[in-house]
Amino acid sequence: MHKMPDAQPAFQFVDMRQQHDVARLGMWVFLATEVLFFGGLILSYSAYRTGYPTGFAEAARHTKIVIGTANTAILLTSSFLVAWAVTVARLRDSRFAALLLWTAALLGVVFLVLKGVEYSAEFNEHLLPGFGFAFSGPHIHAAHLFFSFYLVATGLHAVHVAVGIVVLVVIGLRAHQRAYSDLYHSPITVAGLYWHFVDLVWIFLFALIYLPGRGG
Amino acid sequence: MKNAPNYLTEDNSLRSWLFTTDHKRVAILYFVGITLFFFVGGAAATLIRLELIEPQGHLVTSDTYNRLFTMHGIIMVWFFLIPSIPSTLGNFVVPLMIGARDLAFPRLNLTSWYLFMVGGATTLYAIFRGGIDTGWTFYTPFSTMYSNSHVVLAITGVFIAGFSSILTGLNFIVTIHRLRAPGLTWYRLPLFLWSLYATSVILVLATPVLAMTLLLVGLDRVFGIGIFDPARGGDPLLFQHLFWFYSHPAVYIMILPGMGVVSELVACYSRKEVFGYKFVAWSAVAIAGIGFFVWGHHMFVSGQSPFAALVFSFMSFVVAVPSAIKVFNWTATMHKGRIRYDAPMLYALAFIGLFTIGGLTGLFLACLAYDVYVTDTYFVVAHFHYIMVGGMVTAYFGGLHYWWPKITGRLYPEYWARAAAILIFFGFNMTFFPQFILGVLGMPRRYHIYPPEFQIWHVMSSTGASILAVAYALPLFYLGWSLFFGQRASANPWHTTGLEWQTPSPPPKHNFETTPVVKRKPYDFTIKGKPRAQNA
Repeated sequence: MHKMPDAQPAFQFVDMRQQHDVARLGMWVFLATEVLFFGGLILSYSAYRTGYPTGFAEAARHTKIVIGTANTAILLTSSFLVAWAVTVARLRDSRFAALLLWTAALLGVVFLVLKGVEYSAEFNEHLLPGFGFAFSGPHIHAAHLFFSFYLVATGLHAVHVAVGIVVLVVIGLRAHQRAYSDLYHSPITVAGLYWHFVDLVWIFLFALIYLPGRGG
Repeated sequence: MKNAPNYLTEDNSLRSWLFTTDHKRVAILYFVGITLFFFVGGAAATLIRLELIEPQGHLVTSDTYNRLFTMHGIIMVWFFLIPSIPSTLGNFVVPLMIGARDLAFPRLNLTSWYLFMVGGATTLYAIFRGGIDTGWTFYTPFSTMYSNSHVVLAITGVFIAGFSSILTGLNFIVTIHRLRAPGLTWYRLPLFLWSLYATSVILVLATPVLAMTLLLVGLDRVFGIGIFDPARGGDPLLFQHLFWFYSHPAVYIMILPGMGVVSELVACYSRKEVFGYKFVAWSAVAIAGIGFFVWGHHMFVSGQSPFAALVFSFMSFVVAVPSAIKVFNWTATMHKGRIRYDAPMLYALAFIGLFTIGGLTGLFLACLAYDVYVTDTYFVVAHFHYIMVGGMVTAYFGGLHYWWPKITGRLYPEYWARAAAILIFFGFNMTFFPQFILGVLGMPRRYHIYPPEFQIWHVMSSTGASILAVAYALPLFYLGWSLFFGQRASANPWHTTGLEWQTPSPPPKHNFETTPVVKRKPYDFTIKGKPRAQNA
């Protein structure tokens, strides 16, 4: 395979620097759309949480906080590994970068498995709207709304994690082939941005889903 | 005479077109797509106007009528107006105007077209399966609980097309930021690019909210998650807030690019620098920004808080200011200019007049008290058609004629083009002005049976619509004719200043032989015969 063309910009760019700037700006703009995408959902959640404060607190106490907390730690760790990998790849330690990326991807898989365990427990407790929802007490409407948001938000987030896992594996493979250097590292930088974003969304979801009704 | 190969003649296999990443070819693919949808949406409009000629509603049933206006709305908004100028003319000229070889993400650009076509095909499939009867606004709880039509299929189509919008917006933002030729500072950018930049910001920030909203509607319909279901504690008004948070800015997606085109046309055919360039440029950004905070004026009668309504009313008046700045500055640009009434300029003049009427009647609707009186009447229908059809579609045709020689390498027949422009102007006014009167008299929208005293205005409107239908079909014929028999165009047939006119018509595959270096501001007609940039 050709080694040199890696340092050649695509035809529409003047140099590698411009190409790198374009890739990064493109990802930031994409993340802006993602913020608004999840923003619409979080806004709706907030409207109903304000409307049904006790109901939402009651429902939130039924979430699996241990799994949620473990998953937060797992995603944060994977994000750290990805940040490390980006730095390492630029220092031309490609094999190590690949290892870091794959480990991060593996943590993503663990996250999804735990999420699956959580869903199945909730399914058995009849907490998932659309799948035989049942809730005792006066707050059934609020609980139904809460778990609807829970399902949609974590489901969409899981889709993002799944996409991210594929991206990390592929980028890891390219890193393993020594495709990246200090001159050419846009793909790994951009993939890193995406993964950090997915992580950040989870931090918001964690606070919104698992923590209400648990203080004091 | 055989010239050097250009982007059209480079390789003409079907494969090379379907897998092209050349922004100019993708623009042509978009032209084909939106023209198709324009005539599908137009066919629905024709049936609506035909139906309304007589008050008893004999032609179609109420249910069919509901499906017709819904189809007209969905197709025209998402599959014609939103992509119209950005994805066709914008796609073609953005890289040319900034002296770049292509957009920043050429493959993404092609992906965007495929997403658009898949979304369109899904929506068309929903229509062939029997259509959808919710109106283009998909209001809940009708769309989520009661409608027996193909809601999920239709919103899936719109959802997919939304990704296409987002990718186009993203591509334009990055391209305009990062790929400008040396010397091309922000204040040397043509105003069309300022408009497209502002449009792109809206595309990127508003469309995802629509995507989320439609997703929730779909999930509500399929799984009964009940987020908008009052019986389960949900709030249908929340849907309206989310929907209009997208759909009001989307109105600016459907007008800002038209304003950009008109700025180009007015400068070129008045042979003058645009008056108050910076004001016109920043007014586009202001419209995009303020446009995010006016959505509540669609909900004045919905039962939202009167204090919220007050703020939304105020903001709706405020957003008229930058629009007015544009109209005044175009007029001032023409003052003492050497105006040529070529077809594109006729379209630009029509735009200014029609947009002004549409904009001023928008102020009527921003008044809380008056809005209550005309809500859900033909007044509203007339108002937004003056903006979207009188404004955007007119500007689209203006831009299409203006850049036609650049796109095809052929000149369009001037007299036919002028005739079509004038016919469109008269047909349009005859169709929609009576609707203002109908609205004030109390004719509600979305009804196909009406009291006989309204018939005279409906007949007038339908007569205008048939003129308009002929007028819109005309360009298809003479532009099609010009593709084969039109006079060959020089690089700069209008003797104007944009960078896109300094490369051959049609341009070579990578736009410029050498990257231009920009030395002067745009619209500088003072130095005769001297190009704005020189090739380095």
